[in-house]
Amino acid sequence: MGLLSSSVSINRYYVEGKIEEPVLDTVKKGLVKHSFRENDDDSSNKNTGWTSFNNHFNPNFNKSSFVIDELFIFSLRIDKKSVSPKIIRKFFYIETAKRLEESGRGYLTANEKKAVKEQVTDALFLRVPAVPNIYDVVWNYEKSMLWFFSNNKSANEELEILFSASFNASLIKIFPYSEADLLLGLTDKERDHLSLLSPSKFAG
Amino acid sequence: MMLDVSLTYYRYGFLGSEFLTWLWFYIVNTDRDKLFDNKNETLEIGNKIVLERKVIDAVEKVTIKGKDAGLEEGIISLKKGAVVKELNLLYRKEDKEWSFTVTGENLGVSNLRTPDIGFIESKKDVEGFVVEKIFLYASLYFLIDGLYKKFIKLRVSDGWITVVSDMNKWIIF
Repeated sequence: MGLLSSSVSINRYYVEGKIEEPVLDTVKKGLVKHSFRENDDDSSNKNTGWTSFNNHFNPNFNKSSFVIDELFIFSLRIDKKSVSPKIIRKFFYIETAKRLEESGRGYLTANEKKAVKEQVTDALFLRVPAVPNIYDVVWNYEKSMLWFFSNNKSANEELEILFSASFNASLIKIFPYSEADLLLGLTDKERDHLSLLSPSKFAG
Repeated sequence: MMLDVSLTYYRYGFLGSEFLTWLWFYIVNTDRDKLFDNKNETLEIGNKIVLERKVIDAVEKVTIKGKDAGLEEGIISLKKGAVVKELNLLYRKEDKEWSFTVTGENLGVSNLRTPDIGFIESKKDVEGFVVEKIFLYASLYFLIDGLYKKFIKLRVSDGWITVVSDMNKWIIF
């Protein structure tokens, strides 16, 4: 989901850790090193990497193309392949029957069945094009805040992993406690009180 | 900074639901012109409320949709001990309007529609549109963070007991 869409979802993160100076170069290196690379010959069902906000299918992080108004703006691309289990079952059946006929035996061992299934699945994943999913990222370095334009759980997990690998800094998801603890400027006394809270009962 | 995310996420998960329940109470029990210092700002309950109640080992979920999502059915759920898990809101500032849903679990924002900023006609327009959109998102977070801070300050104060009592009266009567 893109930040320019008419309707968006946003999850916020606090960026913990110091980005190595010069920051712009470090960010650029991280983006380039972990940029999305097309790989249709891969039988894995998922491919992840950074891509340009304004050019999702041809990432280019030259100069400061990912900087807008002192913000780092880029996108996470996750390509996924999927094959219906029914199709896998069909080709598994065909391949199993073929092997039984060739070997003249009446059964396959558990290991042989597993190998057939893997082979069939790999072959099918090679033939299926991946579906691209693009999620925009806005990183306010000065405020150590990052907005991720999706609340899809697996996409958020991919973001956290790739961000850590790319920039050697961690993303802490903003949720009720972390916002209160990190962002609201509470006094030490208030933070102590916060840590001792338990649920209130309004009625019932 | 030491924050055990996995522990605190669940241990204090109730804060988000309490915030949204309080926010509903706060909006409907505060005069419109007293919600903000700026008289040209308003905040209203939108078209969806999701409530949840734990019943022994099960969770009872009630979703109320529609204009003026409302509020009687929601109050009945509150009476039974439910809390608000998601709240759709309408925020207006001068001639601009934001509609959005806040989820208590993570304070995430979804279905966010910002004021209209027109159409991108050429590539040269993109950067300006991005800046404008980000400003509009930031304005909304300014609102949410301000309200959440107001709630948390109350929540950790001695005055919270009075707030709970007032909320109880609102729910019961």
